[in-house]
Amino acid sequence: MNVTKVLDAKGLACPMPIVKTKKAMKEVETGETLEIHATDQGAKSDLTAWAKSSGHELLQHDEEDGVFKFWIQKG
Amino acid sequence: MAIKEISVKDLAEKVLQKEELFLLDVRTEDAFQDWKIESENFTYLNIPYFDLLDGVEEIEDQLPKDKDIVVACAKGGSSQMVTEMLDEAGFTNVYSLEGGMKAWSEHLMPVKVSDLTDGGELYQFVRIGKGCLSYMVVSNGEAAIIDSTRKTDVYVNFAEQMGVNIKHVFDTHLHADHISGGRTIAQQTGAAYWLPPKDAEEVTFDYQPLEDGEKVTIGNTTIDIHALYSPGHTIGSTSFVVDDQYLMTGDILFIDSIGRPDLAGKADDWVMDLRETLYERYKDLSDELIVLPAHFMIMDELNEDGTVAEKLGVLFEKNHGLNIEDKDEFRKMVTENLPPQPNAYQEIRETNMGKIDPEEEEQREMEIGPNRCAVR
Repeated sequence: MNVTKVLDAKGLACPMPIVKTKKAMKEVETGETLEIHATDQGAKSDLTAWAKSSGHELLQHDEEDGVFKFWIQKG
Repeated sequence: MAIKEISVKDLAEKVLQKEELFLLDVRTEDAFQDWKIESENFTYLNIPYFDLLDGVEEIEDQLPKDKDIVVACAKGGSSQMVTEMLDEAGFTNVYSLEGGMKAWSEHLMPVKVSDLTDGGELYQFVRIGKGCLSYMVVSNGEAAIIDSTRKTDVYVNFAEQMGVNIKHVFDTHLHADHISGGRTIAQQTGAAYWLPPKDAEEVTFDYQPLEDGEKVTIGNTTIDIHALYSPGHTIGSTSFVVDDQYLMTGDILFIDSIGRPDLAGKADDWVMDLRETLYERYKDLSDELIVLPAHFMIMDELNEDGTVAEKLGVLFEKNHGLNIEDKDEFRKMVTENLPPQPNAYQEIRETNMGKIDPEEEEQREMEIGPNRCAVR
């Protein structure tokens, strides 16, 4: 996957992972992909719902050793 | 400026007192639809916090100025942010729910049900957010706990305050909706931990087998806890008759619903056990017994004093699940169109068997959501 930017939101609790994601999203162009790493358990449902409500696409997500990874394409 | 917060304890009090309140739930729509803080006198608005990051102007018109507003989220972080934004927008009546829905799910309130024979006392611990009920029987320096939740310190501290030693800890069945605190309390206090053997075939620890007819005396007075085999929700489900006055039904019979037989994957096998327990075993008991269940589903099941209790005779009259003549209709009701299963119920069962030992934070996540142990 062609990732334009990686955001490290590990160790952050709600609402910070989304606050940071939203900010980082402004720095990439439409069609480009942002990769996000988070450890907050709520991040999955929140990022999924946020991406949907703000017109982005959650391409893929993954979990490895307690770290959640998300790939969101800017819409 | 520092924002105002409200504790789950104070919010629970407002629910019980039926106070009016505006609840702004800033979790996702799915989370809100699935499970929320219930009260007939609350007004609700659900807007996810991530839709408010650029400002709260869009919802200002929908918020009252003359009523307190409580902002709730999953863990208490996002509600602080939204509360601060509302505060800056000029709302002075806004409180952030401390610890969010997680704290709400864990909050336990001890309510005295009544005095028992010879100076004993019976307490119901109401876990208002998740609808779980557990019990403590106290007499002459000794205590027994039934269906304890994961927040074991609440029971241990309560017993300490009462100056009683916890001698016996019971689970009416292997729970699928919440993690039992029974084993932890028993280890901590040296109490005996009782489980119905038919539910405990796969457990990885030692326990005291709870058999039909078993009598346990609390204190040196005569408060007997009498075990009554009553399968149906699980194959081992056991009820208790306490002090010849109270019937603890576990997850078999609730105030306005009955237990579901499918959470261990054997709905079809256990339907007739459930029917026999409800329509024969319970029918043979005195109508005067006061039913104390292990759950409630809706706030209407709470009495004025915050307890959840009703006479068996009244339930035989009013509880729909006890009034289905036709066996096939009964079978259909408890095996078809069941509500969704409780969150992470398989993992919760395995935790209660001692097969897995998740971290505290993971345990909290597993228990998110309503209990969903009933069929209405």
